[in-house]
Amino acid sequence: MTTTVIKTENLTKRFGDFIAVDKISFEVHPGEIFGFLGANGAGKTTAMRMLCGLSIPSNGFATVAGYDVYKETEQIKKSIGYMSQKFSLYEDLTVTENIHFFGGIYGLSDKQIKEKSTELIQKLELEDQTKKLVKTLPLGWKQKLAFSVAIIHQPQIVFLDEPTGGVDPVTRRQFWDLIYDAADKGITVFVTTHYMDEAEYCHRVSIMVDGSIKALDSPSALKKQFSADSMDKVFYELARGAKRSDN
Amino acid sequence: MSLPEEQKEVIIEQKMKQFITFVKKEFYHVFRDRKTLLMLFGLPVVQIVLFGFALTNEIKNTKVVILDYAKDEASGSIINKIEASSYFEIEHSLLSHEEIERAFKQGTIKLAIVFPVNFNNDLLHLNKSQIQIIADASDPNTANTLISFTTSIISDYQKELMQINALPYLIIPKIRMLYNPELKGAPNFVPGVMALVLTLICVMMTSVAIVKEKEKGTMEILLVSPFKPILVILSKAIPYLLISFVNVSVILLLSVFILDMPINGSIVLLFAESTLLIITALSLGLFISTVTDSQQTAMMLSMMGMMLPTTLFSGFMFPIENMPVALQLISNIVPAKWYYIIVKSIMIKGLGFSGVWKETLILTAMTVFLMIISLKKFKTRLE
Repeated sequence: MTTTVIKTENLTKRFGDFIAVDKISFEVHPGEIFGFLGANGAGKTTAMRMLCGLSIPSNGFATVAGYDVYKETEQIKKSIGYMSQKFSLYEDLTVTENIHFFGGIYGLSDKQIKEKSTELIQKLELEDQTKKLVKTLPLGWKQKLAFSVAIIHQPQIVFLDEPTGGVDPVTRRQFWDLIYDAADKGITVFVTTHYMDEAEYCHRVSIMVDGSIKALDSPSALKKQFSADSMDKVFYELARGAKRSDN
Repeated sequence: MSLPEEQKEVIIEQKMKQFITFVKKEFYHVFRDRKTLLMLFGLPVVQIVLFGFALTNEIKNTKVVILDYAKDEASGSIINKIEASSYFEIEHSLLSHEEIERAFKQGTIKLAIVFPVNFNNDLLHLNKSQIQIIADASDPNTANTLISFTTSIISDYQKELMQINALPYLIIPKIRMLYNPELKGAPNFVPGVMALVLTLICVMMTSVAIVKEKEKGTMEILLVSPFKPILVILSKAIPYLLISFVNVSVILLLSVFILDMPINGSIVLLFAESTLLIITALSLGLFISTVTDSQQTAMMLSMMGMMLPTTLFSGFMFPIENMPVALQLISNIVPAKWYYIIVKSIMIKGLGFSGVWKETLILTAMTVFLMIISLKKFKTRLE
């Protein structure tokens, strides 16, 4: 067994003259919750897309779950789960139909889907809502359901792209309980977020500025390094020099 | 060496299951959206009924001029028969040949029937006689219908004569189509509605369905999953393919049983050609989905890009022959035009594949071309 599930070396993505991701190198370990931070436009999404096999890198080297991002994207897709910042379930399908659909396209057998679906509905206390269309559920429930569906096939790694946008703090806390739960079961969690309190929940975080990784360590070590009392300050310290941003 | 084969089978079985799961999901989408569903199934019915009624209104009480140079028994009987039908209203004022021309130009009459001097005589002694029927074919559809009504009245009379006398009498209607002698582009609305409905539904619905996944962010999830993007497209196409088949069937049933329009050619061929157009439309829908990210734009593009050229250039509303050369050339790149010609040939003329192979080839070439560029564009967009 390898001790890394994600490994990148000088991973680069260029769009014409623009270098979206500039030689990033890092490793993520099994069962780890890895926070991938950065301001808007820092290159997080591009980096994540390369790791998910959606975008071919321009340069450098990377493996995900032991598979090469250039050649083995098919195997990578089977080993990962993904939840995007946009809500990732079908609103006009019921809770059960969504579970069955995503279980189905990940190639789970009917029996597995049934088991998973009962387990998942119990855990999320959705017993009374199974026949309801997903669009009628509150946002928090939807997101918890979306996360559970993203790991329905027991992937080695789950990629979460700003999963808690627009959710109240209580639901966010509950969402993180689910993340911890998944990590305990050995699923590696790769998460991008804008909330610095969430960064504190991660085992290790990396902070991206203008396409390259400026810091990578555990939250406590980073705070010590920048002699700051919160991740918020660490982030601000690093990101304020950024040349690229939305405004 | 049997193991790899077995494994292959298992993989194929798994892929099939994935595919079925996906298609099921697409059906949920389609059937949950009641309003769109109503539009999908209602559109062809409404169009057929609308066009159908518009057509019957047009034919009723058409002004017809009769020039009876014969004034004999036979011509009298035929005129009586024409007068008795609800389709015609005989204009009794006597007109000369020149005046007929003027009346046509002014649009006061749609049809003129001329009996020659020796009508009955020829019929009795030569067993053969002629009637001239002149129609205003600037509206070829009406002209066509009027002519067929008139000739059927004449052949009715002919049959009656044959029952009385053993000798075969033959009345030959000499038909002159004014202004559009070959009746080219005779708008027949049933093939037209078929072309319109199929292109509209398939182009609009596929482009909207694909763009919807992009807009809602579910496309990302699908792309990250092991499910092949090409299968995403294929499964999206299946519900619309089925709906289109239902629509084609409904249109054909309506036209046969309500509008009394027979299908003279092979129904199988008709469905095969319709499938071809559906695939063309699906490829176009896919293409539109690759150039836009919002459902609204996709809808607008489909409407402007498909509905307008289809109604204008398929030849079903406006005869292409009457258009300026530049527009005639443009009409050649509209797939619906070729489909319209094919359907008309099969339904009305009763031609087999040998009669429509050229048009089919053109449509196939268009489909292949569209499919290749759409798939290429779709792939690069994923990068």
